[in-house]
Amino acid sequence: MTERSLSEMPGGAPSDAADPVAARLETLALARKAEAGPLMEILHDIQHEFGYLPESATPVVAEVLNLSRAEVHGVISFYTDFRTEAPAEIAVAICRGEACQAVGAESLVGHAEATLGVQVGKKTADQSIELEQIFCFGNCALGPSASVAGRLRGRVTPEVLDAMIEDARRGAGS
Amino acid sequence: MTITVYVPRDSSARAVGADEVAVAITAEAARRGDDIRIVRNGSRGMLWLEPFVEVDVDGIRIGYGPVQTADVAELLDAGMLSGGDHALRHGVVDELEWLSQQDRLTYARMGVIDPLDLADFEANGGLIGLRKAIAMSPQQVVETVAASGLRGRGGAGFPAGRKWQTVLDAPGEQKYICCNADEGDSGTFADRMLIEGDPFTLLEGMTIAALAVGATEGYVYLRSEYPDAGTILNAAIDAAHGYGWLGSDVLGSGRAFDVHVRMGAGAYICGEETSMLDSLEGKRGMVRAKPPLPALEGLFGKPTVVNNVLTLGSVPFVLAEGADAYASRGLDRSLGTQVFQLAGNIKQGGVVELGFGVTLRELVEGYGGGTASGRPIRAIQVGGPLGAYLSEEQFDLPMEYETFAAAGAMVGHGGIVVHDDTADMARLARFAMEFCSEESCGKCTPCRVGSTRGVEVIDRITQGEDRKGNLTVLLDLCDVMTDGSLCAMGGLTPLPVRSALTKFPEDFGLTAQEVSS
Repeated sequence: MTERSLSEMPGGAPSDAADPVAARLETLALARKAEAGPLMEILHDIQHEFGYLPESATPVVAEVLNLSRAEVHGVISFYTDFRTEAPAEIAVAICRGEACQAVGAESLVGHAEATLGVQVGKKTADQSIELEQIFCFGNCALGPSASVAGRLRGRVTPEVLDAMIEDARRGAGS
Repeated sequence: MTITVYVPRDSSARAVGADEVAVAITAEAARRGDDIRIVRNGSRGMLWLEPFVEVDVDGIRIGYGPVQTADVAELLDAGMLSGGDHALRHGVVDELEWLSQQDRLTYARMGVIDPLDLADFEANGGLIGLRKAIAMSPQQVVETVAASGLRGRGGAGFPAGRKWQTVLDAPGEQKYICCNADEGDSGTFADRMLIEGDPFTLLEGMTIAALAVGATEGYVYLRSEYPDAGTILNAAIDAAHGYGWLGSDVLGSGRAFDVHVRMGAGAYICGEETSMLDSLEGKRGMVRAKPPLPALEGLFGKPTVVNNVLTLGSVPFVLAEGADAYASRGLDRSLGTQVFQLAGNIKQGGVVELGFGVTLRELVEGYGGGTASGRPIRAIQVGGPLGAYLSEEQFDLPMEYETFAAAGAMVGHGGIVVHDDTADMARLARFAMEFCSEESCGKCTPCRVGSTRGVEVIDRITQGEDRKGNLTVLLDLCDVMTDGSLCAMGGLTPLPVRSALTKFPEDFGLTAQEVSS
């Protein structure tokens, strides 16, 4: 695919200096281009910096690595971690693995859905909190496990979860 | 004199407040003018006692736990820094029965050393195995591993020595060592704990493997849910470089070996070795058909050793102490030790390393102390989400690959998840199918479509819709998935489903007779 045809497409224009996002994406992709099989590493780097994968990540990375957009899109859509929209300020992730289920993970999920007013996989109306399910944090002897804003806790009761969310809200607001 | 205080940095310990406890002890000691040094060690594996604080009193470590920040002032008042008595004091750590009765080979240094202190590692037996391997021929190293009887600890139990021999014999300049640290099974955390608590042991095992088969590069595929392990492992790799261990001249051997850490991205299937290889190559984690074996055409098409963290982590002991020492543990064809993980509804959850052959009852009722809820045990799932549910009459089976396989179950990675009598086994069977449909890579039809249909059929059964007819469909579906799936994901999902059906038909609204006929 030529550069010109790319720039004609929505979200394209990898080398367009006027687009700082595309330029930065290209820099991130080029930084690892020489590594063996670098696509996932590049996507991790982009997501680490932007919080998600901007629309233009697909054409820019595809161009740099000489892959088709379909290949890049295929990888992005395969993995749960890669996201194509900005995350909420606070991620509330609850483990639903069997070990946590054995000590009440499902009722914890129910509690979170009720108090936050959202289903798993969704953001609250004000977009501030996203409720996620995780299959195993590797904290299976001290479940139920949940992480709020990246901080993992074990033996999480509904009260503890509420306090964790409250803490994160205060931290995010300050 | 400076007093050394150990506060684990293991992520399970951190999840119950270890960081806060470390800060509180530092502050409280400073306030009192006590001269202390905090070491963030790995966890001893007594997870129900975390945060488990240890104080070095004249070379003897005294343990206290579970310590919360609110306890710290009181503990110091009670003379914790000199081993003083307190309700949370458990005594001399090395003499605690729960630990001293274990046979810790792979986990020998867990919780003992500072995970990132190479001098501490060497002072406690580290690098002996690698130095011996350097003095041996590659063939001798492979033969030693083969003679030890070590089998893959990731679940499949394939003999490690045979895999290494295949890679050693494969032609090619470029070969790889890939460590599978995509520990996605619920109820397993021993890989994570080893990486966080004793990462040099894994690196030593990988280096020995590299020397044995002639590989110059290694990759650790680590799941993204384990960020702490990634931080520690990368720091350990840096330290090993600085020491002249990793790099162009491994401990002066003239051989080169380097290790890279690659993070997964939330796909359970990437724990399957061929999809892990695809993911390492930066692709969708799709399962590959075998043959070709990864040993011959693995990462980037080159001969590759793919081993689990604990397999590689057991290799240093085998080299250091000899194949016979390792093979003297265990039972029949399951030699050596397994790092069992007690999880779920369990009073004393954690890690128990023992020779194969210990019974489930000894582990769960003895070490585990029964359920956390205090209610009777109803079912135990062994070997992760793809393992069978066992009921009371099977609790005396010895934990050993072949015995479990003969009983329609699997030892797997040694993860043991306990459920009490409130567990709804039909819901757990449905979950097994749901999990498979969620995590299937989608390459083969029995797994991709079968799991979705499985959820629907189980729903029909539990809702009372033509129970007998739908039971026939479900069993048929289980047969197709078992026989027709490309990998263990679809192939073993029927294991928890069938075992739940057979052992607990009443949860499905069925009778034992209906299920067995």
